Amino acid sequence: MTTTQENTTAQAVELITVVIDGFEVSVPKGTLVIRAAEKLGIQIPRFCDHPLLDPVGACRQCLVDIEINGRAFPKPQASCTIPVEPNMIIKTQLTSPVAEKAQRGVMELLLVNHPLDCPVCDKGGECPLQNQAMSTGNAETRFQGVKRTFEKPVAISSQVLLDRERCVLCARCTRFSDQIAGDPFITLNERGALQQVGIYENQPFESYFSGNTVQICPVGALTGAAYRFRARPFDLVSTPSACEHCASGCDMRTDVRRGKTLRRLAGDDASVNEEWNCDKGRWAFKYVTAVDRLITPLVRGADGVLAAASWPDALAAASAGIKGKRTAVLVGGRATTEDAYGYSKFARIALGTNDIDFRTRVTSDEERDFLAAKIVGSTTTYHDIDVADHVVLIGFEPEEESPIVFLRINKQVRKRALKVSAVATKLSIGVEKLKANFIKVAPGAESAAVTSLELTGKSVILIGERASETAGLLSTIASVADKTGAKIAWIPRRAGERGALEAGAIGSLLPGSRPVSDAAARVDIAAVWGVPTLPANPGRTTSEIIDALDSGNLDAVVIGGVDPLDMPNSATALAALKKSFVISLEIAASAVTDLADVILPVAAVTEKSGSFLNWEGRPRAFDAAVSDSLNRSDLRILSALADVMGESIALGTVTQAAREIASLGKWDGARVKLSNVAATGAKSISNNEALLTSWRRLLDLGTLQKGEANLAGTARKSVAVISPKRAQSLGVKDGDILRVSNSHGSISLPALVEDIHDDAVWVPRNSFGTQTLISLNAVHGDVVSVVKA
Amino acid sequence: MADQNESNSLQPQGSKDVDITSVAYEKVDQPGPKSFFVQLQGFWLTFATMFKKVNTVQYPEVKEPTAERFHGRHQLNRHPDGLEKCIGCELCAWACPADAIYVEGADNTPDNQMSPGERYGKVYQINYLRCVFCGLCIEACPTRALTMTNEYELADSTRSKLIFEKDDLLGPLRAGMLPPPHPMYPGSTDTNYYNGDVTEAHPSQEQK
Repeated sequence: MTTTQENTTAQAVELITVVIDGFEVSVPKGTLVIRAAEKLGIQIPRFCDHPLLDPVGACRQCLVDIEINGRAFPKPQASCTIPVEPNMIIKTQLTSPVAEKAQRGVMELLLVNHPLDCPVCDKGGECPLQNQAMSTGNAETRFQGVKRTFEKPVAISSQVLLDRERCVLCARCTRFSDQIAGDPFITLNERGALQQVGIYENQPFESYFSGNTVQICPVGALTGAAYRFRARPFDLVSTPSACEHCASGCDMRTDVRRGKTLRRLAGDDASVNEEWNCDKGRWAFKYVTAVDRLITPLVRGADGVLAAASWPDALAAASAGIKGKRTAVLVGGRATTEDAYGYSKFARIALGTNDIDFRTRVTSDEERDFLAAKIVGSTTTYHDIDVADHVVLIGFEPEEESPIVFLRINKQVRKRALKVSAVATKLSIGVEKLKANFIKVAPGAESAAVTSLELTGKSVILIGERASETAGLLSTIASVADKTGAKIAWIPRRAGERGALEAGAIGSLLPGSRPVSDAAARVDIAAVWGVPTLPANPGRTTSEIIDALDSGNLDAVVIGGVDPLDMPNSATALAALKKSFVISLEIAASAVTDLADVILPVAAVTEKSGSFLNWEGRPRAFDAAVSDSLNRSDLRILSALADVMGESIALGTVTQAAREIASLGKWDGARVKLSNVAATGAKSISNNEALLTSWRRLLDLGTLQKGEANLAGTARKSVAVISPKRAQSLGVKDGDILRVSNSHGSISLPALVEDIHDDAVWVPRNSFGTQTLISLNAVHGDVVSVVKA
Repeated sequence: MADQNESNSLQPQGSKDVDITSVAYEKVDQPGPKSFFVQLQGFWLTFATMFKKVNTVQYPEVKEPTAERFHGRHQLNRHPDGLEKCIGCELCAWACPADAIYVEGADNTPDNQMSPGERYGKVYQINYLRCVFCGLCIEACPTRALTMTNEYELADSTRSKLIFEKDDLLGPLRAGMLPPPHPMYPGSTDTNYYNGDVTEAHPSQEQK
């Protein structure tokens, strides 16, 4: 909450010197008086002022006396709206009785209609109005009349409740929604004493960022349904943490009462999430407590039934099942960097194999090579978006898949009309909000569009994980980037994927971007790990591991945090797991633990320490928030298992792993070469057929969103999107039920006619009533039939 | 001190280092014995007390009432229609210097209205092993839900029995009260309750 970032980063900044309360201070031109005062440590009371929102001067609490060149303003002025000028002399409440009296008067006015319900208000104890009423208000009220009352509370969405009586009309929430999120679903209605925050009748407040309005509300007018009446600030133990939901890497604060997470707030990191986060990061934390957690290890006995076992017994059973057997490792994209490193080291040393893959989703060999050649060690950051001349989105839906990236692009779009292009099949809400140049392509035909993009060395290409679903697309992007000098960034959906890539949890790479195929790289790592040699054969990919398990070429698999339903051919995957010896490291029962032979319970993110690498490769470290947890990080269990197997990996603690990762150093040898994969183009379709395109929505049926009904209430509706032309030929209008099917199965959803390629149909990938990977076993670009049901 | 610094030693002195017989002394004038009548005054006090009323009470067979404002066990009060006064605001817990009070608030819902207004105390515990009976909690209570009774017999055999739950602390249902949950008095708001407009339960508040 100090001077804005742009001012400190700009080159030759013109400084202006002003006098505040008798002290001189030099600040960059354009700085607001209130911020210049902050620089001196002078706190002017305020409600509406927020450093990341445009000034509005709504609450009038920050009145000060100002004089320029000896001429004083006739009345006190709002210091949050006036930029500094040369020769300005400012007197705050500390030195000017006029300003002091004006502030007391404003406070009295604000309190005229503010109810005295602090005891039942969630904000009580951390309320700027409460605090500033103590510092700048009168203890006794002169107001004798009846306070204005409203019905309370009004649910403006299933997770945000509005209490209009408490509102001081600072317009922080409406400005946030309008200026930062780009969702102006909330606004100030009426005038005068009856002015109130309201929502449009036909459009509910369905913003992915609505939780921020609760956090920045300076009174208790906006409260979150999940935290309502749960605790007081003094009950809570706060721990700085990092968000585990996506690769944006938000700084967070986790508040715990008696071992239970009650709320999470956005932290303040100017270079990443500024002061914002998304609703999923804020409210989806109940998956830790809402589900039946695994407490003790379970071992499947001779009778085929899982029974509780002691840790030594379970580790012995696990060791017996994989020692000397051909075993692979599958680690989900949600593992911390340290845990992924643990899996990586475990595979190489204890299992003697490179068969490890963190990409337990729809993926390709092209992607593996692309990641090894272009992404590992890449240094594109949020700042590159700030200074880019053109941002291109390929296979990437920022609002749904990495919301903070969306906010950052939106900020630049709003500030300087940043040019954004989206290569996609369907125009999405997010892309529309970014006023992007929508390059409509048929699914599978993205490559051609990419080659014709206008790019420079200052352009940034943001690639989603879905780019791997189109053959040849990543190769095309790489060659376009090489030719134009544009920066590329790969933004996966899951928080741990970049960390797992750097930690070598993939068959072709050792930790620290060292290629497995490079003998010098293997010697490097073998030296750090204190082993004579490392396996030299490149490892299998996820689909190859599944095939090998299915065909009997592999005997066993160690799985951590994987949902087989994320993979294409999930039925095959489950069948393959059934045939094999499976060791599952999980927090709760899943499709994998149902088939596992040994289940080892691990800690959830709030219960352990560790770090994620966000899409920039920036470490986001966090500590255990729940203090009395066992802190059973995956790597601690893998280390114990390796010890039982007689092959030490010596990673007892997260700190140890972090130190070892830091000691690896940079790889300066040759990188993996990207072999060019030819683009295949879109598949041909006949009548009634369409090419499927889909992505996951931010709020959907994801495992980490379990147990949070209020959050699920603001998820976007499941629809099947078709073009006007197809709608006409099918005789379908909005809301009619469409049946999307193939030989595998079918999905029936209400139709929505929107801007989408005529050959395509879009459905959400994992939302209520539509799980394409399970129901259709189809990915981006596959042919499905679309008919009116 | 100066000597100690010079000798640079902090060793305790041995018994033979000091000869008590050689310690210098000064003669002090001692007052002589008091006269007989003065001594008799003291005996008179003892003698007179024998004829005064005895203060000893045969507790626990006989119990004396405490002082009117004695700080005893707490009570959670009810509104005249039986709804709880506690709104779960935790101000008592906040005020408590001994951290003896634990409160969790929750939403009143139409099906489960425990107190007037939006919020009620779902969990309410007082740990009498910690409580120092200072009464700051009852001063903090904004709804006069928490008061102290004169009951002082707070002893038990286990620690857990001395953590009183909400059920142990709630005041009894008196005439005209209905056991919550039940709806608020018809046509009233929580302000009516605080103003004392509700004096007894209305028949329609009874839940089937």
